[in-house]
Amino acid sequence: MNSAVIVFPGSNCDRDLAVALEQVTGRKPAMVWHKEAELPEGVDFIGVPGGFSYGDYLRSGAMAARSPVMRAVVDAAGRGVPVIGICNGFQVLTEAGLLPGALMRNARLSFVCRNVRLRVENSQSLFTAQYDAGEEIVFPVAHHDGNYQADEATLDRLEGDGRVAFRYLDEVNGSGRRIAGILNDAGNVLGLMPHPERVIEPAHGGTDGRRLFEGLLETVAA
Amino acid sequence: MKARVFITLKNGVLDPQGKAIHHALEGLGFSSVNDVRAGKMIELDLADGTPDSDIEDMCRKLLANTVIENFRIERLANA
Repeated sequence: MNSAVIVFPGSNCDRDLAVALEQVTGRKPAMVWHKEAELPEGVDFIGVPGGFSYGDYLRSGAMAARSPVMRAVVDAAGRGVPVIGICNGFQVLTEAGLLPGALMRNARLSFVCRNVRLRVENSQSLFTAQYDAGEEIVFPVAHHDGNYQADEATLDRLEGDGRVAFRYLDEVNGSGRRIAGILNDAGNVLGLMPHPERVIEPAHGGTDGRRLFEGLLETVAA
Repeated sequence: MKARVFITLKNGVLDPQGKAIHHALEGLGFSSVNDVRAGKMIELDLADGTPDSDIEDMCRKLLANTVIENFRIERLANA
């Protein structure tokens, strides 16, 4: 699997994601700076990492979503290349129009930084095939703007089409229907606030995130 | 010429910052406040003759996230 990790000024989980990808796939991902207009040839997986791109100016992810590299990411997603957006990456993907809805300030205004319990709602996707449907897992979250909001019709559609990938088991940030992660219509774009790349080896205190990357590797390599 | 863009949350969208400001005002003894909604104002210094449609484009493409926000454009006379 030839992966690429997009790096914006202010990204701070790009290295964590790169380490996770290298551990699971055996190959170092290409680190692609936001000013690049093209992705490296043959990229078959794209990660948009967490952090505080452009200092969260205007809205979280707003500036990053308009950077040159994101046009290439949107094109690649349209061709079916799997794309994951984690935390700030999720915000960037919604701002870029690859995923519906918006991520607003946490309902209680405070930055939330802790492990959270999630339920895998869709275990059939590219990203979740190695989890069981309804399985409970633990990923850490660290965000200020993770409150997922969309209109009722959009939420109903996401639920009805099985596009809610992960749901918080407890109240975390005020997200509509406790949604933690969603898929696009085609199923090749996942955005989620929790950090799977931070739980891939026992020294991290958990390994629940590893299967996300392993499942992806299996599908992409097949 | 200058224009101001006012960006506000759509009705029905929860505004935690507005709520916190409301609580703080109450804490200061201002009991007359029924509700608070926070937004932002962006001032643009534009080339003369920039059409309204360009400013609207700027709002839709970047300044506002129309999933959750409304925008209103105000041109400043003699500015």
